[in-house]
Amino acid sequence: MSTTEIDRQWTTRLRKRAAGKLPPEKLLPDTQPTYVASWIYVFGVATLSSLIVVIATGCILALRGPFWWHGSQYGHFINSMHLWSVELFFFCMVVHLWGKFFMAAWRGGRSLTWMTGVVTFLASIGAGFTGYVSQTNFDSQWISTQAKDGINSGGVGAFFNPLDLGQMLMWHIVLLPLAAVVLTGLHVLMVRVKGVVPPFEESAEVAQ
Amino acid sequence: MSNKKFRPDVDAPVYKGGYSPYDIIKEGTIAIIVIGVLTVLLSMFFGSPDDPAVTIKTWSNAAPVDFATTAASELDGSSTTGGYGAPYNHASSGPFIGPFHVAQSVGVRIPINTVKDFVVSPLKSLPNQPVLDQNLTTWSNASTSTQASWVASFTKAEPSMKFTGGHVVTSATNAGPVPVMIDSLTQMARTGALDQALVTGAGFYTTDFTKPLLFISDGSYLATLADKQHLTGDQWGMMNETGSYPGQAWLWLYSFWYQIPPFNTSGNADLLILGIMAILSLALLFLPFIPGLRSIPRRTKVYRIIWREHYRNHV
Repeated sequence: MSTTEIDRQWTTRLRKRAAGKLPPEKLLPDTQPTYVASWIYVFGVATLSSLIVVIATGCILALRGPFWWHGSQYGHFINSMHLWSVELFFFCMVVHLWGKFFMAAWRGGRSLTWMTGVVTFLASIGAGFTGYVSQTNFDSQWISTQAKDGINSGGVGAFFNPLDLGQMLMWHIVLLPLAAVVLTGLHVLMVRVKGVVPPFEESAEVAQ
Repeated sequence: MSNKKFRPDVDAPVYKGGYSPYDIIKEGTIAIIVIGVLTVLLSMFFGSPDDPAVTIKTWSNAAPVDFATTAASELDGSSTTGGYGAPYNHASSGPFIGPFHVAQSVGVRIPINTVKDFVVSPLKSLPNQPVLDQNLTTWSNASTSTQASWVASFTKAEPSMKFTGGHVVTSATNAGPVPVMIDSLTQMARTGALDQALVTGAGFYTTDFTKPLLFISDGSYLATLADKQHLTGDQWGMMNETGSYPGQAWLWLYSFWYQIPPFNTSGNADLLILGIMAILSLALLFLPFIPGLRSIPRRTKVYRIIWREHYRNHV
């Protein structure tokens, strides 16, 4: 096989492209611009850390099924951890979102980074909602029967039925976490590729 | 290389400043530990709510008259579910924006016939009930108008309805088989058999609780419990949960619209608010491309707080 033939392979081209866009020093940087010096930057990594705790506690709950936590003290504690890590996740994500908004973090070709972040936020709201209606208790009954009206009004309820525990549980433990994790991964990779947005310099000019 | 006009809300200046050491792995590890510890502490001190689910058995035992009147409303389609429209039935055209009835256009995808699904079929599943069977036959053989007149007579007497001696007692006259049907359904509900009949109606293996949840929510028992927990719509209910827990606080904006005119009195509030939230979500998504909105950060200058050290040292 000739070198040219190897260079034309999809695998070779993908590897070269990935290595060009994201060399190791960008993927795992050991320096950062000095303007990255605010507590607001902590909330991005805090959101990611919360997501890890959410998934870890969710995996433990998944081991024993949707009803286990009602009758087990240990299960209830894991459920509490799942709940509070979700609360921390959303708190950190919302602060991160506002921070990035006031930095206009989409500047400099970072609009896709912003958009993956927003879609992750929306997918997470869906994940949170399906979790609340999958609790198999009074809260899930009330929330699902109330939310159905909003969902049905837009015609969505025909395909996404909050009163169907099986469907909601599958969305909650498979589809939406998968979306959230994949989108978060893409979002983080984009941040690493483009770097953190620099501060405003109103008189600056950019060389294109 | 060409010089293009710099757009401050779209382009970013080339950073020519310094760099400082940054240990991303250490930062990530510390963050996971801090979040993990915070989660454990919050769980230890506050726990999580777990009020048991309401069953039709608990409802019919706690409020048999409410159950019986709800069951009667399922018979004439006057219940919330009976008159809902899509995706459950064709009873209503549903919410609309201008000429668009969105739910109706999608169609009836989860068919619910409240008479058959909530009353007649469960009653037919009861074994060895000759009197009930006879009344069910009378009901089935009657015309729709006769059935409606029976239910109307029964409903008219509802203010005097009582539950005594383990039975629903009513002064209704000319109500045909309805009093026997409603009393039998109440008996069935109080044993827990109706819960099972509604869940297993679609087969042995099922995880779909659409029918029992719709039936329960047609009554006032569930809403009364929710009201005590401050969970109703006018109490920002969508984002709350039982007890003093934060709930889905991130839905505050969705809940907000339900608290103000014209949405808090509009029959179309659900669709209007869904539309508003869809538009706002799209605006957030495409913010980098919306002139005016994307200038807010630069014009408000909040960024000067975030990058105060940078501006102190470099500007």
